[in-house]
Amino acid sequence: MCLAIPGEVVKIEDDSCFVDYGGVSREASTRLFPTVKVGDFVLVHAGFVIQIIDPEEAAELVKLSQEAGFRD
Amino acid sequence: MIDLSKRRSPQLINELKRQIELLCQNEVILAYNRPLVIMEVCGTHTASIYRYGIKSILPKQLKLVSGPGCPVCVTTNDILEKALAVACCPEVIFTSFGDMMRVPAASGSLLQRKSEGADIRIVYSPLDALKIAAENPSKQVVFFAIGFETTAPTTAAAIEKAAEKQIKNFSVISVHKTMPEALKLLLPDSKVDGLLCPGHVAAVTGAAAFDFVASELGKASAVAGFEPADIMEAIIAILQSIISGRPVLVNSYPRFVKTEASSYAVAAMNRVFKPCDATWRGLGSIPASGLALREEFAAFDALKRFPEAAQVTGADNPACRCGSVLRGELDPGDCPLMGKVCTPASPAGACMVSGEGACAAYYKYRLK
Ligand code: SF4
Repeated sequence: MCLAIPGEVVKIEDDSCFVDYGGVSREASTRLFPTVKVGDFVLVHAGFVIQIIDPEEAAELVKLSQEAGFRD
Repeated sequence: MIDLSKRRSPQLINELKRQIELLCQNEVILAYNRPLVIMEVCGTHTASIYRYGIKSILPKQLKLVSGPGCPVCVTTNDILEKALAVACCPEVIFTSFGDMMRVPAASGSLLQRKSEGADIRIVYSPLDALKIAAENPSKQVVFFAIGFETTAPTTAAAIEKAAEKQIKNFSVISVHKTMPEALKLLLPDSKVDGLLCPGHVAAVTGAAAFDFVASELGKASAVAGFEPADIMEAIIAILQSIISGRPVLVNSYPRFVKTEASSYAVAAMNRVFKPCDATWRGLGSIPASGLALREEFAAFDALKRFPEAAQVTGADNPACRCGSVLRGELDPGDCPLMGKVCTPASPAGACMVSGEGACAAYYKYRLK
């Protein structure tokens, strides 16, 4: 239930945004995190962005994923 | 993209396993002369621990137990009977997270009512429920709002949006609960030595919200993520804290959890809800552990809108041992009904229904 999924914000529209989860993009509300920008890595729960991932941590995670052979 | 599969790599898991084994040979740990008990209070942790077989790779000096961390499981049959009564009103479209659908109350489940013709729909977000309300102005759309601090802000945001957009046929049954008061009640008299704090609750509340576990209750604790390596690193942090003789809270999940709260989410939750007494399955009534709508938003309270349904009462199934399971006192495998009378296809209790319930996880990964 408290599952939250990380993804990258690719588009902002009014009070929502589109989050890319590695190929699949879905809408999420930004009402609980109105300061998100395109390019931010965020945590999404029940249709809402609930947290933004520290940029350094996000860069490190993306690097790890790339090293492991996953597509950017 | 972010891919966390490296956090499942066998090399990393083996290395962490070795570190845990080493720590368990420390004289402080050996002096306990019994297994150390570490409790998790997040259903997603429970599911991960079983899915990845973490219990089976830990040394015998460690015992992992599940606590009251699955929102579906801690919701009482009393409130479920009220929800069923609301769902059966002819003008109602009832919406719920899918996990709740099969939980058995004495009079049946939401799924049964749906098969009998009630308009009950599964949603993934309270905003889905709000959308249904906007599209069906002649109906009353009710959202069954369960969940902890991760989910409560999303219900709050949906209610504020409903107020702004004047969507008046939307209401919620708020069964939202908050963790700290439940832990303060449960932990002091328990056999628990260390606590894995729920990562995505902490993503909203901030890690600091769990400081009290160490500073007030004296239990070593770590905020943990959900990959196997995350959970094992948190266990290492807890062991190190116990060995040091000075219990602290460690944030082992810094990639998503900050020390301070997610300010907008907590603000939304506090604007819409106020603390209230709440009854938890297995723990009973706990002061200030629930979230009730504030006066300004009382119009969105489904139980006020449907006062007859609110009068309906229900009791937990006395044969089901969910209460003891949720207090960490009974291993799911030791419930006499496990796998015989009680199975996911024919559950006797809530802990067998939710994918995050300890009984369901035990059945899926240990019994099969
Ligand atoms: S196995 Fe079934 S009856 Fe036993 S505690 Fe779990 S849910 Fe309840």
